[in-house]
Amino acid sequence: MEALIHQIVAKYNYWLYIILMMIGLYAMIAKNNLIKKLVGMNIFQTAIILFYVSIGVKKGATIPILEEHGAGMGEHAVRVADYINPLPHVLMLTAIVVSVSTFGVALALAVKIYQQYKTLEEDEILMRLREK
Amino acid sequence: MSQHYPVLLVTVPLLSAFIISGLSWVKKSLCYPLALLALGTSVFCAIGLLLRVLDAGAVEYHLGGWVPPWGIAYRVDLLNGLVLVVVSSVAFVNLFATHKTVQKDFPEKMGIFYTLYVLFATGLMGITVTGDVFNLYVLLEIASLTAYALIALGKPDRAPLASLNYVFIGTIGACFYLLGIGYLYIMTGSLNMADIASLLPPIYHSKAVLVAFIFCMVGVLIKMGFFPLHVWLPNAYSCAPEPSSSLIAPLMTKVMVYVMIRLIFSVFLPDFSFHVLHIDHALVWLACLAIIMGSLLALAQKNIKRTLTYIIVSEIGYMVGGVWLGNRLGMSGAILHILNDAIMTLCLFLAVGNIAYRLKGLELQDLKGLFRKMPVTMAGFVAGGLSVIGIPPTCGFFSKWYLISGAIQAGQYGFMAALLFSSLVNVVLFFRIIEIAYFEPMESLHGAASGHGIRQEAPLSMLVPLLFVAISLVVVGIYSGTIVNHLIIPVLPKGIG
Repeated sequence: MEALIHQIVAKYNYWLYIILMMIGLYAMIAKNNLIKKLVGMNIFQTAIILFYVSIGVKKGATIPILEEHGAGMGEHAVRVADYINPLPHVLMLTAIVVSVSTFGVALALAVKIYQQYKTLEEDEILMRLREK
Repeated sequence: MSQHYPVLLVTVPLLSAFIISGLSWVKKSLCYPLALLALGTSVFCAIGLLLRVLDAGAVEYHLGGWVPPWGIAYRVDLLNGLVLVVVSSVAFVNLFATHKTVQKDFPEKMGIFYTLYVLFATGLMGITVTGDVFNLYVLLEIASLTAYALIALGKPDRAPLASLNYVFIGTIGACFYLLGIGYLYIMTGSLNMADIASLLPPIYHSKAVLVAFIFCMVGVLIKMGFFPLHVWLPNAYSCAPEPSSSLIAPLMTKVMVYVMIRLIFSVFLPDFSFHVLHIDHALVWLACLAIIMGSLLALAQKNIKRTLTYIIVSEIGYMVGGVWLGNRLGMSGAILHILNDAIMTLCLFLAVGNIAYRLKGLELQDLKGLFRKMPVTMAGFVAGGLSVIGIPPTCGFFSKWYLISGAIQAGQYGFMAALLFSSLVNVVLFFRIIEIAYFEPMESLHGAASGHGIRQEAPLSMLVPLLFVAISLVVVGIYSGTIVNHLIIPVLPKGIG
C-alpha cells in the first residue's frame, strides 16, 4: 500500500496527464454535442503537451539561460543538471500550433454543420440524415 | 543542384502553396499552372533522387547544415525514394486529370483548392523524406489538416460531418504517435531515426520502449484505417469531392503504411519488432480480419465510391499483413503493393471522377448502359478492377503473388485464404458493376440528356490521364520483377529471413 502511494505521489505528473487524457477521451466518445467533443479533443491534446513539458523538468534546475560557461567549469562547458531540458518544451510550441490549428479547422467544420442542420447535437443530425 | 533535391522536393511545393493562396486574390487562372509547376518540380526531383540513390546509395541531407542528431536530417534510400516517386507522380497526374471537375464543381474556390492540394502533397512528401520522428509528426499533421479541409469541400449535407469525424479520430491517431515519440525521447534523448535505432538495442526489454512501440503503431494504424480502426475512412473518402478523393484515397493510407514500415525497419529495427515482441501472428490475423471484413462490407455497398473505399480497407489489410509476415517475400509484396495499390486506386477513382462528371448519381442503378455512354472511362475502370482482382499482367497480380508466397513460406495459411477469398469477392464485386454497366438497357434519362447521340464521354483532358494510369498498371505489372530485384530487395534489412 505504501509502495503504491509512493508511486502515485512521486510520479504525480504522469498520473495527472493520464487522468486528463482520459477525461478528454471520455468527452470525445460519450458526449453528444459536437462542441463538447471538440473540447474533449483539445483536453486530450493538452494532456500530451503537459506530459512533454513535465519530462523536461529536473529537480532544482533553472531555466536554460546560461549564466556562466566555458572557463572554470571543468571539462564540461555547461553543467547539465543545473538547467532543465528545453527541447521537449520547444517541441511543444509546435504541438500547440498544431492543436490550435486542428481546433480551428474543427470549429470551422462545426459552423458548416450548424448552417446545414441548425443543430450541433449529433443524434439529431444523424436522425436528419437517416430521414433523407 | 542535385544535392539539394531532398529539400527542394518539399520546399518548392510548400512555398508555391503560399504563392497560390495569394494569387487566388489577384488572378485565379494562374493558380492551376503554378500548382502544376510546383508538383512537376517535385516529380522531377523525386525521379532524380531515385536515380541517384540507385546509383550511389542512400542520400542524407542536413537541413541548415546542422549535423544529426541535433539537426533535422532528410534521408532518402530506395524505399522512400520509390514512395516519393509514387506520391509526387500520383499527385501530379491527378492534378492534371481533375482540373475540369474543379472548374465545373467549385470555380470560386479554385485558389483555396489548389493551395490545399499542393500543401497536402507537401505534407506527404515530407513524411516520406524525413529522417526525424518529430518532424514526421508535424508533416503528418500538415497532411491531415489539409485532408480534412479537402474532404469538407464536398456536398454540404454530409461532407463536413464526415470530415469532423475524421478530425476526431485522426487527432487521436496523431496524438498517440506523438505520445509514442515522447516515450522514445525519454528513453533515448534523441529524435533522429538512425540515432534512436543505434541507442535502442540495449534497452529492448524496457517497458517504456514497449509502450512507445504500441503508441506509435496504434497511432499509425488509426491513420491508415486498419480494420477495427477504419470507421472514419469510408465516410470521409466517399463524401469528399471527386478531385480530393482521387488524391487522398491513393496516397494517405499508402504513405501511412510506409511510415509503419519505416518505424519497423529504421527506428525499432526488425530485431525488436519480430524477435523481442511476439505480436506478428496477432497482427497477421487482424490483417486477415481486415481483408475479409473489408471485402464483405464492400460487397454490401450500393454506391460505387463507397464500394471502393471498403476495397481500400481490405487492401490496407494486404499490406499490413504482408509486412508482419516477417519474411522477405511478404515484405517485398507489401512494398510492391504500396506502389501498385496507389496506381490502381488512382485508376479507379479517376474513372469514378469521370463518371461523376457526366452522371448525377453514383448508385449502382445509375450505371446502366454506361459502356455505351462512356466506353473509354469504363475501359479504364475495368483495367483498375482487373488489377484489384489480381489478373495478370496487371500489377495487382504480382504483389498478390508475392504476398501469397510469403504467407505460404511463413506458414500463415489463414492469410493466404483471406487473400484468395478477397480476390473472389472482388471478382463478384467488379463483375456485378460491369454487368450492370454493360448488359442492362440504358435508362431513358441518359438518352434524353444527350439528345440523339448516346455517347457522352468525359473531356479529353480527363481521359488521357486515366488511360495513362491504366496503361501504367500493365507496364508496372510487366516490370514488377525488375522493380522487386532492384528497388525492393536491397532495402529489406538483413535480420529478416
